Amino acid sequence: MISIGERINGMFKDVREAIKNKDPKAVQELAIKQTEAGASFLDVNVGTATADPAGAMKWLIEVIQDTVKTPIAIDSQKFDIIKAGLSVIKNEVLINSSKGDPEELDKYMPLAKEYNASLICLTMDKCGIPQDVERRMEIAMKIVEKAVEHEYELSKVYIDPVLFPINVDQKQPALMFDIFNQIKMISDPPPHRNVGLSNFSQGTKEKRLLARIFLTMGISYGLDAAVMDVLDKDLMDAAITAEIIMNQHVYSDSYLTACRK
Amino acid sequence: MEIPNVADKWTSGVNEVTIGATKDKGGSRQKTITVGGSKCIPFMDFEGNPGHKPVIAMDVYDIPPDDWTETLTRPFADVINDPAQWAKKCVEQYGADLICLKLDGIHPDKGNKSAEDAVKTVKSILAAVGVPLIIWGCEHDEKDNEVMPKVSQAARGENCLLGIVSQDNYKTLTATCLADGHSIITMAPVDINIGKQINILVSEMDFPLNRIVMFQSTGALGYGLEYSYSIQERERLAALTGDKMMSMPVICDVGHEAWRSKEAKSNDNDVPQWGPREERGPMWETITATSLLQSGVDIIRMNHPRSVAAVKKCIDRLY
Repeated sequence: MISIGERINGMFKDVREAIKNKDPKAVQELAIKQTEAGASFLDVNVGTATADPAGAMKWLIEVIQDTVKTPIAIDSQKFDIIKAGLSVIKNEVLINSSKGDPEELDKYMPLAKEYNASLICLTMDKCGIPQDVERRMEIAMKIVEKAVEHEYELSKVYIDPVLFPINVDQKQPALMFDIFNQIKMISDPPPHRNVGLSNFSQGTKEKRLLARIFLTMGISYGLDAAVMDVLDKDLMDAAITAEIIMNQHVYSDSYLTACRK
Repeated sequence: MEIPNVADKWTSGVNEVTIGATKDKGGSRQKTITVGGSKCIPFMDFEGNPGHKPVIAMDVYDIPPDDWTETLTRPFADVINDPAQWAKKCVEQYGADLICLKLDGIHPDKGNKSAEDAVKTVKSILAAVGVPLIIWGCEHDEKDNEVMPKVSQAARGENCLLGIVSQDNYKTLTATCLADGHSIITMAPVDINIGKQINILVSEMDFPLNRIVMFQSTGALGYGLEYSYSIQERERLAALTGDKMMSMPVICDVGHEAWRSKEAKSNDNDVPQWGPREERGPMWETITATSLLQSGVDIIRMNHPRSVAAVKKCIDRLY
């Protein structure tokens, strides 16, 4: 499971304050805690409160890179902020994210290639977010076509079919499973299958339970990456266990210990 | 017609483990042996770096084996009572890459020799040969826990490969090897899940992963070879896909297992239709070894010089 730790995000008060006061302590602590919890990437999002988002992105990345070696996921909807973040990146990196429009991909894929970065591509375009499987798969196929056209490695592409919150449209989550399955077969090697997990259960009373169950069900259909709360130990252990059940790792009595390393 | 490229891409590989220490590293070996390092399925070097060539450890026993046939004892007839000379012959005449000293004689039912005897034997072999040494206990937990720590201390600094530890008995030898700078063999009898478990247990004692070699117990041709094969194959695939607790090089015990089979040891008079034992014995050992090589093996314990020569030739031609 590629777990992208979501916590360094200006939407959270402690990170917002840290950005405002240029006080690295809270960010350093979150970087260490999420790394220890097993995060594969640390998502970095400056939020909306700062007047200089590009500067804030660079500062956050530098603070994190001085603290841990965990690869970073630069999270922004703005191309310039992503570029600013990439300019200070030292290690492996993931760009979060590009929309699925051809003209967007023509911008993002060459940039990702230049920095040897991976790229999350959302199955949404200027028409909005599709509500069905077919239209999402159509965009997914265009993403794969674009990767081939740009000679961008498919193993670096993360397709995100855009998971809706369960309390917004209850029909949506079940559609995801079919999509994960189909994306697995779209190419060889296939792109990764990613979701924003916390988004799915936001505003519900059983946030963690819903996230945990969706993640384990998703893994059984081929979900292999998620922007998620890696500090939720039950969630992380559930993911490892789902992968063991799907025979993705060799079982041993201490499989949790082995996989947490 | 263009042939499609079906090569797989692997993200990880088998750990490299070095056995032996030369003078500048605190030992007295003339050379060290590094095994592992493969980043592909055995012999599929178009998928990645094949790593280090598999090596052959020839068995030397601290007491003359009582179950060996004449075909097997003859090449060692002049040295079978002297482990040091036996080891020397294996290295100088038969081309052993390293020596595996099997301490059968310490077993309570096979001589019950003392730790002092074992230490003496180990020291005499270290003095007689310059290759790295594998030291294998008698697989009687209590006796091994009594003798192996003393053996380990006597060979301190030589970076020997000591074994074996199992899920039920690993703490004493792991701690000793850690203290004396040796590598270790973890054993699980034909069980990949326990194989992984014992690696986790040993690593939880802060034993470095790059000093562990795995042993799944070996089945000879006709006697469960396919079980060892499929486990070792699965271990290699797990290593190639990044399972850190399954990324250790693999050792197998071909000589002892092959020569236990009736096909290898039966007298010519009893089974004339099988051909002479002088041929079929070494052949049984050779085929067991070359078959298992394809599953992913890094160190092969062997006995008969003719089998050793044949398997070395096979390895050299395939690598």
